[in-house]
Amino acid sequence: MKYLYFPGCSLKSSGRSYEESLLSVLKKMNVGVEEIDDWNCCGATNYMAMNERNAIGITARNLALAEKQGKEDIMAPCAACYMGLLKTQKYIETEPKVKETVLTNLKKSGLEFENTSKVRHPLDIFINDISLDTIKDNVYAPLKGVKVACYYGCQLTRPYATFDDQRDPQSMENIVKALGGTPVEWPIKTRCCSGSMTSTVSEIGLRMSYLILKEAKDRGADVMITACPLCQFNLECFQGKMSGKYGENVKMPVMYFTQLMGMAFGLDKKELGLHRMLSPELSLS
Amino acid sequence: MSNQKEEIRIGYYVCHCGHNIAGVIDVKSVAEYCAKLPNVVVAREYKYMCSDPGQELIQKDIKELNLNRVVVASCSPLLHESTFRGATSKAGLNQFYMQMVNIRENASWVHESKEEATEKAKDLSRAAIHRVAFNKALEKKKVPVNPTALVVGGGIAGIAAAMSLANAGKKVYLVEKDPTIGGYMAKFDKTFPTLDCAACILTPKMSSVLKHPNITLLSYSEVSEVEGYVGNYKIKVTRKPRYVKEELCVGCYDCITACTFKEGKFPDEFNFGLSKRKPVYIPFPQATPLVAVIDEKTCIHFKTGKCPQTCAKACERNAIDFTQKPEVVELNVGVVILTTGFQPFDAKKASNYGYGKYPNVFTSLEVERLVNASGPTEGHVVLRDGVTHPKSIGIIHCVGSRDEKTNKWCSRVCCMYSLKLAHLLKEHSGAEIYNFYIDMRTPGKGYEEFYDKLLNEGVQFIRGRVAEVNDWATTPEEKGKLLIRAEDTMIGMVRRIPVDMVVLAVGLEPGKDAQEIRKMFNISCSNEGFFLERHPKLAPVDTFTEGVFIAGACQGPKDIPDSVAQAGAAAAQALALIDTGHVELEPNTAFITEERCCGCQVCVAMCPYTAISFDPVKKASSINEALCKGCGTCVAACGSNAITQNLFTDVEIMSEIDGILIN
Repeated sequence: MKYLYFPGCSLKSSGRSYEESLLSVLKKMNVGVEEIDDWNCCGATNYMAMNERNAIGITARNLALAEKQGKEDIMAPCAACYMGLLKTQKYIETEPKVKETVLTNLKKSGLEFENTSKVRHPLDIFINDISLDTIKDNVYAPLKGVKVACYYGCQLTRPYATFDDQRDPQSMENIVKALGGTPVEWPIKTRCCSGSMTSTVSEIGLRMSYLILKEAKDRGADVMITACPLCQFNLECFQGKMSGKYGENVKMPVMYFTQLMGMAFGLDKKELGLHRMLSPELSLS
Repeated sequence: MSNQKEEIRIGYYVCHCGHNIAGVIDVKSVAEYCAKLPNVVVAREYKYMCSDPGQELIQKDIKELNLNRVVVASCSPLLHESTFRGATSKAGLNQFYMQMVNIRENASWVHESKEEATEKAKDLSRAAIHRVAFNKALEKKKVPVNPTALVVGGGIAGIAAAMSLANAGKKVYLVEKDPTIGGYMAKFDKTFPTLDCAACILTPKMSSVLKHPNITLLSYSEVSEVEGYVGNYKIKVTRKPRYVKEELCVGCYDCITACTFKEGKFPDEFNFGLSKRKPVYIPFPQATPLVAVIDEKTCIHFKTGKCPQTCAKACERNAIDFTQKPEVVELNVGVVILTTGFQPFDAKKASNYGYGKYPNVFTSLEVERLVNASGPTEGHVVLRDGVTHPKSIGIIHCVGSRDEKTNKWCSRVCCMYSLKLAHLLKEHSGAEIYNFYIDMRTPGKGYEEFYDKLLNEGVQFIRGRVAEVNDWATTPEEKGKLLIRAEDTMIGMVRRIPVDMVVLAVGLEPGKDAQEIRKMFNISCSNEGFFLERHPKLAPVDTFTEGVFIAGACQGPKDIPDSVAQAGAAAAQALALIDTGHVELEPNTAFITEERCCGCQVCVAMCPYTAISFDPVKKASSINEALCKGCGTCVAACGSNAITQNLFTDVEIMSEIDGILIN
């Protein structure tokens, strides 16, 4: 089993612990990854809004590079990259004019593109390729009694993903169960964390993230896991600020689902990037 | 290349079809062109060839100009082939000497360039003129129609169709897959817009069906095999074992009372699981036939073999029979009416509305049972806990309808039944009712007036699709409530409304066995899976299979009045066929030239209608003309060129191709 790995910008910077934990967990389960050579930004952030057709072209370059490199599925762990790549594929498939522009531009830089690769999120790969049984087999320290709020964010399952229910996804819950933990049933796991608003309109942004942390806490969660670097950042980094601002302690560990897996697999903290955490540590007693 | 002895004299007629053809095709030049082709004696154009004067034109020419072949270039043969065949035979010529060319659907309607469409019309006409010289005189075979009818599905449409046929003196078999007839209507409390009690108007019909001397009711049975053709269908029906002898049981409930299970334990299908039943049960007190049924999936006797069989001991009439096996009944019928109904949309698929996750989210059908005086709560509106009365209720329209993600179509009945439920819920519970709708669709007699009445009853209407239902309380007052988040397009804002109970107005979709039934009866489905009518306007209850008619929600979402009306139409069509007494079969069957047959039997295996059999003595195959449907599969498959098909002989096809190619 091998995948062409598209890390995206976040997993090389603020989301380093996502990459570290993901690769460690995959290695533990004997799954090979090969980073796409010379990849570029997926085109998330602003340029979709500024010039959609060119933005699609920038994303498509990554798909073309992957095609050149191999026939394996692409693994895109960042929710924004994942959605951006799927969106690009969809546009090229359904909009002949976009396709024409993209193909012409790629050709100029010496790339052929047939839009044949499959873009997959690690959650999809874990559940449908690797299987929950394999995950179970790798568990060293079961998460007994640990209550986990699984937070998907707004763009992982909607609108393009097909590997899970778009409104009420269960992939992370199933993984938590396989790890021996208890998923918390809560209603806002696909609500927006506010994205980049925590830095642009922090008044609104902070409140949106606060509501998510508060609800998870109210439902008795010990830890929140996520599969998106931006969600993780928003929910982890401003906990002190929010607690002060809204007069309620919302401090709790917010980690990548791969970090929680790694902990249950008994992997070293450093291998999982846990030493980089800002939020409280989850203790497994 | 002609080996015909007689002189071929062709009359060619091209139709304007008003502007339909003449607007695009230069019919005058087509006629002039065809006039010069070999064997053409006369070529004419006319405004409407299908009109009486148009037909008379053909007949006059046949007589006066001694024509022996006719070519009509006009619309699709599906529309007017029989018209022109009739005109030809009235003038004393065999009707199969008439060849039709479709220059409307195949040319004028589908091409923009006038020149090219005109050229195409000439090409197609030339092909027909070449072919018609080789057409053979054939006779249509008359086959008697068995005057017995089969109705499949015992909901209101099936009941209405069966009653109409039976009252007209025809024998009817009514097959129903469930233990009782009545369908969904039997589960409703009241019907819109008149609010008359569903049971009061339905159950008398159900018992009339049972009592009617012309109707044989086969409940708890399914059609398993269909053979034959219009007028002469052979149908196999599998009767599922009830483990209760129908002819002995009087529906006294003694066996149910005596069952080892003191209380009901298994979800009651009739109440959509809102109550529990025992393994031996009668679906509801007015079930027809009123006969108990034992469910082998839950009965201890079938699961372990260690049941004291108290039910059998309690039955004074010895009606219980654990040894019953599925039984196949063979029926010979002339016509079939399919009234197999629909299935409700599975509310769990709209996961944003939380059905199955939040107990107090109900489907509209569950609520039909809740408000029903003979339902599990005797008409008391209570939450899933069985005791709490809701003070506020939200009804969400279009669940699984008008949605790209689920079903795209409007289910037609949900607006009206939601209004009805709003009225009944308010009447039974006094709760505040909110209706969340996209558009109110109330086209029907008295329907808009009913909507008006609801507006005046103080029911709230919020225009906008609901985004989600969840239990995310943000204030202490919201704790324990369900929150409906929806856009209110009237005020241009998003609203969150806390309620105690949510009702999902689920849409209608094709029944889960629709595809199986479709294949068995060899009919078609439209894209979404409902049975396809022969023509949406002019043949709404016919199908593309002669003698098979459709009515009710199996053809598309429909309310009770429309289902009953369609059932009547289907019965009338079936009666017309029965009372004609015979059907004429298209002589397009294939036959085998014995001397040429090498006995390889490739055709036997290929025939989809098992019409071909092999004679080991003659070492040759032969085709049963009565079973052959004229599909042509065997003709193409035969390696020895031993099979010929009437209307599609090699010389006919080849000359038509020649005509296209030789300019």
